[in-house]
Amino acid sequence: MIVNRKPLTFWERLYLPAIAGGFKVTARHLFRSLFGGKTVTMEYPEQKWAVPPDYRGAPYLVRDQDGNTKCVSCQLCEFVCPPKAIKIIPPGPAGQLADRPNAEKMPQEFEINMLRCIYCGYCQEVCPEEAIFLLKDYSLTGLSRDEMIYDKKKLLALGGEHGGIQKWKHKLEEAKEQEAFPVKF
Amino acid sequence: MNRDFIIFSVVKIAIVIGVVETMVAYAVLAERKISAWIQDRVGPNRAAPPFMRYIPIVGPALTRLGVFQPLADGLKFLLKEDFTPAGVRKVYFWLAPAIAVIPSMLVIAVIPFGSQLGHQQMVISDLNVGILYTFGIVSLGVYGIVLAGYAANSKYPFLGGIRSSAQMISYEISMGMSVIPVLLIVGSLNLSHIIGWQAQHGWLVFFSPVSFIIFLIASFAETNRLPFDLPEAETELVGGYHTEYSSMKFALFFLGEYSNMIASAAMMVTLFFGGWTLPFWGLDQPAANLAMGIVQILVFLVKMLLFVVLFIWVRWMFPRFRYDQLMDLGWRRFVPLALANILVTAVVLWMRTG
Repeated sequence: MIVNRKPLTFWERLYLPAIAGGFKVTARHLFRSLFGGKTVTMEYPEQKWAVPPDYRGAPYLVRDQDGNTKCVSCQLCEFVCPPKAIKIIPPGPAGQLADRPNAEKMPQEFEINMLRCIYCGYCQEVCPEEAIFLLKDYSLTGLSRDEMIYDKKKLLALGGEHGGIQKWKHKLEEAKEQEAFPVKF
Repeated sequence: MNRDFIIFSVVKIAIVIGVVETMVAYAVLAERKISAWIQDRVGPNRAAPPFMRYIPIVGPALTRLGVFQPLADGLKFLLKEDFTPAGVRKVYFWLAPAIAVIPSMLVIAVIPFGSQLGHQQMVISDLNVGILYTFGIVSLGVYGIVLAGYAANSKYPFLGGIRSSAQMISYEISMGMSVIPVLLIVGSLNLSHIIGWQAQHGWLVFFSPVSFIIFLIASFAETNRLPFDLPEAETELVGGYHTEYSSMKFALFFLGEYSNMIASAAMMVTLFFGGWTLPFWGLDQPAANLAMGIVQILVFLVKMLLFVVLFIWVRWMFPRFRYDQLMDLGWRRFVPLALANILVTAVVLWMRTG
C-alpha cells in the first residue's frame, strides 16, 4: 500500500515548533509528577495491587465449614501436576481415617514444592472434592529450598476454610452449560 | 614558577576535580530523577545507609530524593567484577576508558569558575589561547570512544566507534566555526577576557544568538547526548562502544560522558552567558572580598547546573536522529549557517569600525 505523505510545511520543517512542543509536554509531566504527585509508580512493598477475583496464585489445601480436611488423598492432582510439584503420601490400608464423616481417608502427608509449581491451576480443576484452590498469594519467599516445600499442615493453615462441598452443584452447572453450548454451524 | 603558584594550583586542581566528580555522580542522579518525573514515575528513592531511618523527617526525605543512590552506584561499580573479554586488544581496551575521561577533565582547566578569592584567580590555568586549547582537547575525546570501539573486537562497539568518529568530527567543525563570531566580537581567545568583555557590554548570547544555538546543538552531538546519541544507541547497538566494558572501566566512560556534559555547560556559560558575572549587585566586577568571590563561584555553578538540567531534560524529549539526518544537519545546515554567521558578524563589525 502506498501512503501519500503530505509534504511538510515550512513551519514544520523548521523543527523549532516541535521542540517547543516537546519542552511543553515534558515540563507539564515533570511538574505534575513532582508537585501534583501524579505518578503511575506503585511503590510495591508498601502498596499492593488489588488481586483480581479469578487470580491464580499459590495452590493451598482448604478445610470445610467444620474445619475438616477436604482432601481424600485421591492423588489426581499429583498425577495431573505438569511440573510434578505435588507429592502425596496416602494413609495406606492401616492408616488414619478421614476426619469428616462422609469420606474414607485423608492424606498422611501432602507436599507442594512452591519452587516447582507453575500456577497452572490443573490441580484445582481436577480435584473432585474441591479441596485445593489457587488462592491469591503471589509472592512466596523463603530462605532455603526446603522452606519452599510446603507440607500439609502449612498448606491447610494457609488455605483456611472454604464453605461446604458444592461439587455436585458445580458439576450440574457445568453439565448444563455444556448442554446449552452455543454451537453455530 | 614560585612555590605559592604550585601549591595553589594543586589545591585548585584537587578541589575542581573533586567538585566535578561529585557533580557527575549527582548529575547521574538528576538524570534518573528528572527522567522519572517526566515519565510520571518516582525514580530512585530507596537506597540509604541503615542509620538514616532513625533520623526523623530529614532522613526519609533525603532517601526519597535518592541522595544516597550515587554512593550506592559508585560502590557497586567499584566492587563489580572487572571482566576483560577474551578477544579484546588488551592495551587499547585498558587505555580507552582513560582516554575518554582525561580530555573532559582537562577542558575544565581553562574555565574561569569565579573571579578571585583573595589574590588567587579562580581559574586553574588562565591561558591566552583558552578556546583553542579547549577545542584541541575536546577533539581528543573522540579517541577514547573510537579506541573502545576498536579494542572490544566486537561488532556493536565497532559500529558505535565508527559512528562517533564521524559524528564528532562533523560537529566539531560547526562547533569551532560557531565560536568564531564570538572571538571576532571580543577580540581575544582568553576566556577571562571574554567574561570581562561580557561584564562590560552584556552577555554574548544577545550579540550572537546564532552562534549560541549552533554551539548548543553541536555540544549535544559532541557529548553523545540524545538526540545525537548514535554511538551508544542502546536500541540499535546494544550499548555502543562500551558494550564489552564492565565495572569501573564502564563507569569511567560514564564519568567521561557526564564530565563532558559539565565541561560543555561550563563553556556555554563562559562564552555566551557571562561566566561568573551577573549584571547587578556589583557581581560583574572582580570580587573585592571573600564573600563576593564565593557568591560569584555560586553564580557560575548555578548557571552551569541550569545547562546540565537542560541537557538532561532534552534527552527525555526527543527521539534519536537517523544517521543520515544527523550528517545532513551537521554538514548541510550548520556548517553553512556557521559560515554565514561569521561573514555577517565580520561585515557588521567592519561597517561599525569603518
